[in-house]
Amino acid sequence: MADTSGSQSNNGAKAPGEHGKGKAAIKSYVAGLTLAFLLTMASFWAAQTDLVYAPAVPVLLAALAIGQMGVHLVFFLHISSGPEDTNNVLALAFGVFVVGLVVLGSMMIIHNLNVNMMPTAHPMDMG
Amino acid sequence: MSDASATGHETKIPLSERGPASKEMVVRFGFWLFLLSDIVVFAGLFAAYAVLSKSTAGGPTGPELFSRTHTFIETTSLLLSSFTCGLMTVGVEIRQRMLIYLSALGTFVLGIGFLGLELSEFIDLVARGAGPTHSAFLSAFFALVATHGLHVTAGLLWLIVMMVQVATLGLRDMVVRRLFCFSLFWHALDIVWVGVFTIVYLGAS
Repeated sequence: MADTSGSQSNNGAKAPGEHGKGKAAIKSYVAGLTLAFLLTMASFWAAQTDLVYAPAVPVLLAALAIGQMGVHLVFFLHISSGPEDTNNVLALAFGVFVVGLVVLGSMMIIHNLNVNMMPTAHPMDMG
Repeated sequence: MSDASATGHETKIPLSERGPASKEMVVRFGFWLFLLSDIVVFAGLFAAYAVLSKSTAGGPTGPELFSRTHTFIETTSLLLSSFTCGLMTVGVEIRQRMLIYLSALGTFVLGIGFLGLELSEFIDLVARGAGPTHSAFLSAFFALVATHGLHVTAGLLWLIVMMVQVATLGLRDMVVRRLFCFSLFWHALDIVWVGVFTIVYLGAS
């Protein structure tokens, strides 16, 4: 069977999703599942609790979601900060940059348009 | 430069002289780039939803429509299927066919369960008069969530094809590469779902 460890002719780089073998890999998946499940529970709890200052709940939810995406990246997709992962992390950073630009940019521009909208005779519900 | 001589002295050979990366490496990095561009597609849909989520045209709002319990079960089944998909890649690496088949079956069943729950929610919404044509908010909601659902459907079909290939072609290099690409795809879908349930279902209040 051909080598799949990927370390021989890969210029010291690592493919996304490449993980340790056997027990080490299973351990990583179990750790990822546990952490992700805890963060999911925390998200659903945060969404309906009265214990957190209400206007801060969206911020808390965003933090929990970003944390869970990080858990998925590290434990399931095995993207790390090591030197052999530079290519993957650079691509990811560009992806995150574009996503942020599209989402935050759209929200900012449309909000600005809504605020500066001329009042119309038949006001539409623009929120 | 042979592979054997390269193993021990990898760091001493200048990058420009190391030769091309292995096919496995190129395929998986290329697929990683595809996944990131797919996530950019979702970013567009997320942006549309974020902008339009308050434009309900006098119709029902998010908190009136969505059930937390429903979403929690969906989230859990997708998360567990991501885990079984991880077990499948472990099975591929240690060449354990039984582990591959069982975890693929688990992934498939959980994925089908997720899709079933999502479809039942869509049917329920349409029956209550809250279909995609009702308001800009509902159009954006259906576009975003259904695109994710279509990805899951495509993933399940892909998984069936992969299991047929494992059975007929065996675990040759080509099949192993495809299995790893599938696992990347499946994990990426779970990451997108984290965004969906946070922004759409929990952020709705």
